Amino acid sequence: MAEAVLSIRDLRKTFGALKATDGVSLDLRPGEIHALIGPNGAGKSTLIHQIAGSIRHDSGNIHFFGHDVGTLGMAERARRGLGRSFQISSLAPEFSALRNVMLAVQARQGSSFRFLKPVMSDRSLIEPAMAALERTGLADRARVPAAELSHGERRQLEIAIALALGPKAFLLDEPMAGMGPEGSRSLTAFLDSLRQEAPILLVEHDMDAVFALADRISVLVYGRIIASGTVDEIRSHPEVRRAYLGEAA
Amino acid sequence: MRDGVGMTRETLVGFVLAALLLAFPLVASAMDEPFYITLATRMAVLALAAVGLNLALGLGGLISFGHAAFFGIGGYVAGIFAAHAFNQEPIFSAPFEFMGSDRMPMIWLAALLISALAALPIGAISLRTSGVYFIMITLAFAQMIYYFAMSWPAYGGEDGLSILARNAFPGLNTANPLSLFLVCYGLLLVALLVFATVRNSRFGAALQAGRQNETRLAAVGIAPFSVRLVAFAISAAITGLAGALYADLNRFVSPSMLSWQMSGELIVLVILGGTGRLFGPLAGAMLFVLFESALGGLTERWQFFLGLILLGVVLFARGGLMGIVAGKVRHG
Repeated sequence: MAEAVLSIRDLRKTFGALKATDGVSLDLRPGEIHALIGPNGAGKSTLIHQIAGSIRHDSGNIHFFGHDVGTLGMAERARRGLGRSFQISSLAPEFSALRNVMLAVQARQGSSFRFLKPVMSDRSLIEPAMAALERTGLADRARVPAAELSHGERRQLEIAIALALGPKAFLLDEPMAGMGPEGSRSLTAFLDSLRQEAPILLVEHDMDAVFALADRISVLVYGRIIASGTVDEIRSHPEVRRAYLGEAA
Repeated sequence: MRDGVGMTRETLVGFVLAALLLAFPLVASAMDEPFYITLATRMAVLALAAVGLNLALGLGGLISFGHAAFFGIGGYVAGIFAAHAFNQEPIFSAPFEFMGSDRMPMIWLAALLISALAALPIGAISLRTSGVYFIMITLAFAQMIYYFAMSWPAYGGEDGLSILARNAFPGLNTANPLSLFLVCYGLLLVALLVFATVRNSRFGAALQAGRQNETRLAAVGIAPFSVRLVAFAISAAITGLAGALYADLNRFVSPSMLSWQMSGELIVLVILGGTGRLFGPLAGAMLFVLFESALGGLTERWQFFLGLILLGVVLFARGGLMGIVAGKVRHG
């Protein structure tokens, strides 16, 4: 088995009396899509926040390529290659789609302390940004301010920004949320090809997408992972059926 | 760079305003009306100070209620340098003897540097907060410097410090009001160019993204704090430079330059003209000084009417004057 890219051990986080993350351990291995599922309020987004660094965990370890990143800030973890998309689109609303992606390209290239060259004539920013927009099907909306994009387009833009970062691992928090069936299908196909570039930790409610994509699934309930395994193992896991999937699955 | 109609229109309006500001004192000079030249100089200097604030406030969303600190620091640099040069007393004698200076370029350089240096610790502490706390902490720092100046007898304390002879610029007679105007106007144009360049750069992109969505900026791997700190220092430097010119214009510097009313006035200039707009501070300063002199002659309560206009801008025209005449901002 290949060495894990991202390795989380016994992660804990409480908000008052609420145990949002209660001893979670999981791995993300090269080339895989590891889906994280669970009912609403199970702590999936809180877990993503802790991995990305926007919420600090109480105890436990987060190792990324063998380095403990648990004490680093969000920006530093992103620089190390954790490419994250948000459950609720988080964009620069006044900037066009293109400029949102260009910001990621600029961050990937290194210094933002450059004061002279205008970005809008900088091909080294525009070309990679356009490439990312094309891959996510947003190229013809490049000049539209993010605030004027449709919900689905904003979800695509989230992915385009994550792509442009060229991350070593993707943390995707419900990328399909609010997308129509058509959008979900094309995004599913896209994510399927994306795993070749970097492994994906995927939080998703769309079970069709999860079962189609995931190499492994972990089920989170009340901050604990109650089961972890292949798609077939999870489908037939009695506790999972009871707690989450119901008899329909 | 902004594309589309908005850009050409905004730039056009800006150029017209800049041309008006230049033409006004030239005409006044031809008609031998030095008062109006001074008025135009006041517009240029306040516009310059507001360009500085606009970089932090407009681009970065950093509502500094303490920019008078930098305006005043620049003013005191001009006053203190001039006083020492005039009296032939060194400001300090170790590690080397420094006599101050009555040369404007030297004073400007010092005002830029010292304002920026003062902004680094102030910013480093203030930027750990945001929102109303940031406003209050920047105010608190400015008030500390204000009371320090009030109680420091060496440079006039609360009476202020006079500049007996206006500082000199090589090749110009700065005692001539028109020459002084041209110096200030030139620096204003340079500052506008600096603002436009920074805004369009990678740094400007990060700074503006941080104003729109701090989380997004951090999520792509750019730490908002360091970007904002550098912006705060650049902003302070420009406002400090304006302070040095303001002291030379009035040939007087006093703690009132450091007062919270001054900080408020600078914010008013920026909002009035259009927050984050390149020519916003110019439009704001021209209107403000025009109001102050036109209405100020009629009633002592001219600020009441200014308040009404400000209220109108905040409620109905978020883009300020530039927004009204040039439309909404479009980022390429």
